[in-house]
Order: sequence, then structure tokens, then C-alpha cells
Amino acid sequence: MRHSIFSLARAALSGHKNWQRTWRDASPKDHYDVVIIGGGGHGLATAWFLASEYGIRNVAVLEKGWIGSGNAGRNTTIIRSNYGLPGNTGFYELSMKLWERMEQDLNYNTMVSQRGVINLYHSDAQRDAYARRGNTMRINGIDAELLDLAAVKKMMPFLNFDNARFPVQGGLLQRRGGTARHDAVVWGYAHAASTLGVDIIQNCEVTGFSRDANGKVTGVETTRGKIGAGKVGMAVAGSSSRVAAMAGLRLPIESHVLQAFVSEAIKPLIPNVMTFGAGHFYVSQSDKGGLVFGGDIDGYNSYAQRGNMPVMEDVCEGGMALMPMIGRVRLLRQWGGIMDMSMDGSPIIDKTPVDGLYLNAGWCYGGFKATPGSGLVFAHLLARDEPHKEAARFRLDRFRRGAMIDEKGVGAQPNLH
Amino acid sequence: MRIVCPFCGERELGEFTYLGDAKPVRPAAGASEDDVFDYVYLRDNIAGETTEHWYHGGGCRAWLKITRNTLTHEISSVEPAAGAGAAKVGA
Repeated sequence: MRHSIFSLARAALSGHKNWQRTWRDASPKDHYDVVIIGGGGHGLATAWFLASEYGIRNVAVLEKGWIGSGNAGRNTTIIRSNYGLPGNTGFYELSMKLWERMEQDLNYNTMVSQRGVINLYHSDAQRDAYARRGNTMRINGIDAELLDLAAVKKMMPFLNFDNARFPVQGGLLQRRGGTARHDAVVWGYAHAASTLGVDIIQNCEVTGFSRDANGKVTGVETTRGKIGAGKVGMAVAGSSSRVAAMAGLRLPIESHVLQAFVSEAIKPLIPNVMTFGAGHFYVSQSDKGGLVFGGDIDGYNSYAQRGNMPVMEDVCEGGMALMPMIGRVRLLRQWGGIMDMSMDGSPIIDKTPVDGLYLNAGWCYGGFKATPGSGLVFAHLLARDEPHKEAARFRLDRFRRGAMIDEKGVGAQPNLH
Repeated sequence: MRIVCPFCGERELGEFTYLGDAKPVRPAAGASEDDVFDYVYLRDNIAGETTEHWYHGGGCRAWLKITRNTLTHEISSVEPAAGAGAAKVGA
């Protein structure tokens, strides 16, 4: 895709009918070196890294609907790397660094905006916990600043500082965090991968795995016919258990619904991404002006891509506690996405016990920020047959070994992560 | 989603707390490591009709065994889970 001022003018003046497609909508070939199931951000990023970093270009990405129609298009677009545990800290910082160069890498405007992510604290104990987290980040070379009340007031004078029950005391700020345009991330990876020869195949649902006499996966059966593959990678978070079941695997994952919300557009208000520390509420403002926000998962297993009222009420109450003046803003849209809730709240990127089948799953509700990092480490695993050093702890057998990466410390109860 | 509690009648979802799949049974004390691992960490995670434990904390505080479709949220049966309230301790 190359544009000039003349090509832009020509397409604009001819009824917008002559734009070049940014990526090829391919038909399946008989065989690929690597087949990736799932045309979301992670699957497409994996394909791009396979082609660009590891020189494997005979790759197909299979998507049962249209690319980006799952969680890649349903999140709240937040990027950050403020994790506290070994494994997560390094991985999410790798991802953050890839966000910072994504637009140059892909030659695509993904609207990465490092507007800062601030986690507000509301008690002495929470301040201490955030100080510890900030220190953990800084020891690992990640930016973090602990702000006191005066600094938060200067940055966000519109917050309710008179809340007697949950007074804002300050916040932990990661200035490099922010947002990115989720759809553009999908299209950007599709564009860049397609340019390097990756086949992106839509409306192609995987219905089973082809296995040889030794049980090795040799391809996939799909609604568009059989497709042979040297290796098959799954990047289908939300549906990981369903796809893995076709290969006879049971995973340490439950599927849960997470809702997200957008208000009607208002004038610029929220300068960054901020979270309410006394409940679960996170918000940013899109470039169109809508407040984009969310909170907890609903808490029950679901594949329905829609949630229920109690969580909606809880999320809106969190917003009202911070900013009572948004009470008159109307909710414009609300939707749900299906999350792979793993047993420790952290992802799984590993080979499976089935030869030839590789797993990228368990993103809980933090998959969007991981998109570039996930693509790189999963491509590394597929290309080299060994984990990338920043994903070496995201093993499938860590539950059996007791090597959990449990940021919240709540144990094997997925709806609490 | 509204749940018809056999003791309280139809109540809104906010009164209930979810535990999870009612199928896993806690292994006996002398069970193998594999059985315990399976019980604690692995899930069928069914897309479709499945039976679950819910707790009516905002009402009668009874544990319920509910058959629900995870694709549609349709509830086809709600019954008291005698002893199942202690699902985690294996009653």
C-alpha cells in the first residue's frame, strides 16, 4: 500500500470506491508451514513476526468470522506495563517497547497514544502497595512515578476530592502507558503480514484437527476444506477450551464475559487512562470524545458475548464515585467479550502435549496490551520450538509444578482474577 | 439474567454469587497428584448446557444447583444443592 497526494485525491473524489485494500483476503492453499487459528490481534501479530523476524512466510491465519471481530474489537484499548511479578513484568515491558515502535514497524497508523496510565490510591495501605509496585517496575527499568494528592489534583482537577469514604490520596503513574486504536492494530498487522506473503483467510472456522498415526497434528479441518500445516498455533482466547477440546485437551481455563462501555461524545475531559482504586473502574476518553470504560468480569462462565445489569451498575457506580458530574452523560453503547480466565490470572504460551499444536491462551482481561509482545513470543515458540526468554514462565505445566504467576493472589478461582 | 430460587422465587442476578461447574468432585484424601491437579485446575469449560453451583447470598443463603446454557444464559433448572454448599470441602 503506497499513497501519494494524487492517489489520495483520486480516491477521495471518486466516491471512495477506489481505495486500495490494505491487505489480501486470501483463499486457503493446500498446505502451509504454519497455520494460526484466530485472526485477532494476537494471531495476526504472530503471523507478522513469523514473517518479519523469523523468515517464515508460508503462513495462514484462519478466522471464523472477519478479522478483529472478537476481543480485538471489544476491549478498552489500554496499553501499559505496570505488572509486579517475575514473568509478567518483563513480558509486558517487552510488549510496551513494541507498542512504541509499532507504527514504524508496520508502516501503519495505529494511533498509539502514550497519554499515561494512573492508578489512584485511596488509603495508606493502598499507597504502600502501589509504592511497592512502582519500585518493582523501576528496578526492572520501567517508568513509574508515585504521585501525591497535590500532583493528582493538578493533573485531574475534575475528580471528586471530597469523597469521604474513598478519598483520593494520590496515584501511581506510568507515563509511557496509554491507549492505541484497537481496530487499526488488527488492520496494521493484517496489512504488514499480508505484504510479506501471509494468507489471511476469513469465514474459515476450524472444525477439527488432522492427526497422523502418531497423533501429531498435520493440519486442520475447516469450513473451507482441509488445510495441511507443519505446525498449528492457537490464538483464540475466549474459545481456547473449545478449540483445544477438538485435540482432546482440557485446559486450566474458564471462559467469562467482560463488559465494556462507551458514553456519548463529550468535550475533552480525561487526559489519560485512570483507574479507581477503591472499586474496579478504568476509563479513558477516545479521540471521538466518548468515555471508554469498564470494570469487573460478570463472574459466571459465558460464551454469550453479552453481560448483565449488576456489573453494569457496579461499573457506573465506580465512575460516579470518581466523577459525579458524568452522571448526566448518557451511555451510548455496551458490549461483552469472552475472556480466557486462567487459573492464576496470567497467560499461557507453550507447546501442548499434542505434537505440532501450540497454545497462546489465558489472557484473562489483559490481552490487548499484550498484542505485540504475544505475537513476538508466540512466533518465537513456533519458529524455534523453544520459549522466548520473556515468556519462559508462561508454561502450560506451571499449575502442576506450583509455579503460578498470580498477581492478585486469589488462587485457582478464575472469576476472582 | 434472573434466577428463580426454589425458596425465594424470581430474584435478580445481583443477589447470587457464582462458584462454578458442579461436576468436579473433590478427590479423596489419598488420591493421586494427577487427580488433585485435575480437580483444582482443569475445567471442561463447556459451551452449551452445564450444571453449576450458585449461592443465594442476597436471599435465603442456600446453595443452588443450576442448569444453564453458557451460550445463551438460559436457565433450564434450579434446585437446592443439598450439601453442595460445601462443594469446596467435598460434601
